[in-house]
Amino acid sequence: MKYIVTIGLETHVQLKTKSKMFCGCANTFAAEPNTLVCPICLGYPGALPAMNREAVKLTVIAGLMLGCEISRYSKFDRKNYFYPDAAKNYQISQLDMPLCRGGGVEIQVPGGSKRINLNRIHLEEDVAKSVHHARSSGVDFNRSGMALMEIVSEPEINSVQEAIAYMRALRQILVYADVSDCNLEEGNMRSDVNISIRPENTTELGTKVELKNMNSFRHIQDALTFEIERQKAALSTGGRVVQETRRWDLDLGETISMRTKEDAQDYRYFPEPDLPPVVFTDDLLDGWRKELPELPEHKRVRFTTDYGLPEYDAEVLCAQLPVANFFEEAVECGAQPKNASNWIMTDVLRLLGQTELEISDTPLSSAAFASLLKLVDDKVINMPVAKELIAELFEKGGDPAVIVKERGLLQVSDASAIEGFAREAVEKNPKVVEDFKGGKKAALQFLVGQVMKLSRGKANPKMAAEVIQEIISEG
Amino acid sequence: MSLDISEMTLSAAMDGLAQKDFSSVELVNAVRDAIAEKDENIGAYLAFDADTILQDASEADALRAKGDERCLLGIPIALKDLFNVEGQPCTCASKMLENYIAPFDATVISKIKAAGAFPAGRLNMDELAIGTTTENSAFKLTKNPVAPDRVPGGSSGGSAAAVAGGMALASLATDSGGSIRLPASYCGCVGFKPSYGRVSRYGVAPYASSLDQVGTMTKTVEDAAILLSAIAGCDQRDQTTHNVPVPDYREMLAGSSLEGLRIGVPREYFVDGVDSEVLDSVRAAIDKFAKAGAHVEEMSLPHTEYAISAYYICSTAEASSNLARLDGVRYGKRSVTDDRGDLNDMYFTSRTEGLGPDVKRRIIFGTFVLSSGRYEEYYVRALKVRTLVKQDFNEAFKKFDVLMTPVTAGVAHKFGETQNDPLKATLNDMFLAPVNMAGICGISIPCGKSSEGLPVGMQIIGPSFGEVTLLRAADACEKELGL
Ligand SMILES: [Zn+2]
Repeated sequence: MKYIVTIGLETHVQLKTKSKMFCGCANTFAAEPNTLVCPICLGYPGALPAMNREAVKLTVIAGLMLGCEISRYSKFDRKNYFYPDAAKNYQISQLDMPLCRGGGVEIQVPGGSKRINLNRIHLEEDVAKSVHHARSSGVDFNRSGMALMEIVSEPEINSVQEAIAYMRALRQILVYADVSDCNLEEGNMRSDVNISIRPENTTELGTKVELKNMNSFRHIQDALTFEIERQKAALSTGGRVVQETRRWDLDLGETISMRTKEDAQDYRYFPEPDLPPVVFTDDLLDGWRKELPELPEHKRVRFTTDYGLPEYDAEVLCAQLPVANFFEEAVECGAQPKNASNWIMTDVLRLLGQTELEISDTPLSSAAFASLLKLVDDKVINMPVAKELIAELFEKGGDPAVIVKERGLLQVSDASAIEGFAREAVEKNPKVVEDFKGGKKAALQFLVGQVMKLSRGKANPKMAAEVIQEIISEG
Repeated sequence: MSLDISEMTLSAAMDGLAQKDFSSVELVNAVRDAIAEKDENIGAYLAFDADTILQDASEADALRAKGDERCLLGIPIALKDLFNVEGQPCTCASKMLENYIAPFDATVISKIKAAGAFPAGRLNMDELAIGTTTENSAFKLTKNPVAPDRVPGGSSGGSAAAVAGGMALASLATDSGGSIRLPASYCGCVGFKPSYGRVSRYGVAPYASSLDQVGTMTKTVEDAAILLSAIAGCDQRDQTTHNVPVPDYREMLAGSSLEGLRIGVPREYFVDGVDSEVLDSVRAAIDKFAKAGAHVEEMSLPHTEYAISAYYICSTAEASSNLARLDGVRYGKRSVTDDRGDLNDMYFTSRTEGLGPDVKRRIIFGTFVLSSGRYEEYYVRALKVRTLVKQDFNEAFKKFDVLMTPVTAGVAHKFGETQNDPLKATLNDMFLAPVNMAGICGISIPCGKSSEGLPVGMQIIGPSFGEVTLLRAADACEKELGL
């Protein structure tokens, strides 16, 4: 029997604020455990939350970028439960009046695009991190109270591929919105995934299973694939799927039951009395709307119209905002757009792929890149030199014009010098010359290669080929 | 002859310091002597760290010698034991926080320090501000200084007993449903609860966030006005405070008069079940005010009867959540009964041992009204009633400057008697809690004595942020009554 898969995601995104959601503690990673804490994020008696306006703004910016409707009036609620990761034994979140409603994300699917609608985006505080040791458990409250935005999709995702595409598209927009680093390794972006399957030709949704805290595309892919097969196996052998929460066990490569619906918590939500409601005026929202960064899809279209790039190029360049910015800066510095695009798509992205860095964090500046392209264009250096040089610039930085001058890498386009190298190559390789005469085109490339070698890579290869042919035909 | 503070008002102490009649050190020594002499029988204080307090006093004296003239310079202020003061215990009279040392200053503490005053002693209370007699303290019994076989009222019983018993010039306390006004009435001092949002709650251990308000326990209305100016104001750390200017409330009392004051007398507060002596005292006082030129009119607050259930629901719901943090994980009492290391066992045992029976009852009740399936039936309806109660008062203040009522249904009762008279306890809550539900301000001032010589108080209620009107009215009443 065939089954239809239904997936919905609740994605938690840590916002790029300077301080935590309700206190002045720094919002940074990798500090010693329990050093970024205060009475508020530790839940001391009498400490009160004070709303971080920046977090509210970033959530609204994300909402506007995702096409959400922004609530003119929203409020915070308490979600009550006992666990050591909740400093107050409740978490401040938003229940029925979230900051943003609706919105959606376009994803690419075979044969076109598909819109995944969003249900809502709300703002809450992150909980502390539990660390389990062999004989004890510890809690690191550095994460307690960090600003966390939860983006809830409608259950409109129908395959593992769509789920991954949704996550990627969402991440791209949030990076464009500059609201989060969306660094999955650091736990900036974690998703709870709801998944159910139902037989084809039925309309009622199947029993859903929630997969908790998925923080890498790879895990989501593996876990969803496993879970779909598990549920199919259960249904096709006459069994049933139990409503429960499961987690992905990396070592076993399986999803494991954490709790069933029977032990579901009653969170006893009620309006947070320590915080006033959040009210926006039209003026304020209009102001924020004007500041909005460009959406990835708009940038892609603009790259094709403004720079005359093929759609494929625009897609590749815009996939990462820093790369798109790098491209535009290089063009600004005088690089020819298509030429710059070619170089980025081949050399720059290849070099970038060998690192963990963003292009903006490498020593290669867009100005140096543009200047390198100009040196090639003006035939000051040849292509092999340029390829070597870009790798060097990527690693160490510098001004290509200066490096070329200092090292004498200028392309040799002087006909007499090239003729000298060419004669030497022809004389030393009589057999190859015969092959060429016999019609072997590749023999010419070999001879050009010899000229490049003799010139230590500086000869203009095009001229070298011409001169070699002249000598042989004279010959 | 050593200094005697038993009758000394805050304002007299300020004058004495300013005129160098005595020093802050002498003042603190007088407080210490009074405590040494009387508190063994009263039990108002949980702690009085004389060394630290005397050091603060001598620093204040040194500053005054250098020309510092801040109004509260050198004034010791006693505190209900739920204000965080950096480096001091803050037990909330609960075993759960017996060994807790506060790591920061509450905003009101920073403010009184900025005005030159300093914290001077921790006062007994009902555990976690839950109770109306101070019998719920996990540590000691506080007796009514007027009649030691009777309760001082609660939850701020120690605060009232210290002031009325001549062991403190003034104290800071909190009032979520009458916790300042009731003990003030029982002990015979002035208990003042400002409007919600007038004074920051930051650093004050909470009972019910939307109802709690910091207030004062003093000997006179003038002293209440002085302290309010010091502690009021908008605080970025408490976003439920409002950005309304803070006047010099004491100056605003000048020329206070009953002439033309429009007094509303809500008939729902003068009902069967209230002691006739209380009714007589309050009515006699109001008659006096009428003779002095006030316009007195009977009126109605129709939702008073429902306010009480709504109050129980709102306050316990919030308390169940606010008190959840007392789990022994990060601070406070942690009990482990076996070595299985079961988390729920740890929570269960710590809270079972650390919290008293009344606290547990309210947590259970609050948890119940918020639970799935009950929320709409209880909590949502309580919020609706709360809106109606607010509307009652809003309507009333269109017509009246202040409202006057009894504070309690009876005078201070003997220890252990609370359970015998549930009607009176309910009426007390009904007279006091609506003010908190509406977020408005109220004050309890002494208005007479029972035949047994026990204090009777009257409540004056003012509109939200109507502290000037309220305090002027109370000041005029106090003068008229001449007590
Ligand atoms: Zn903090």
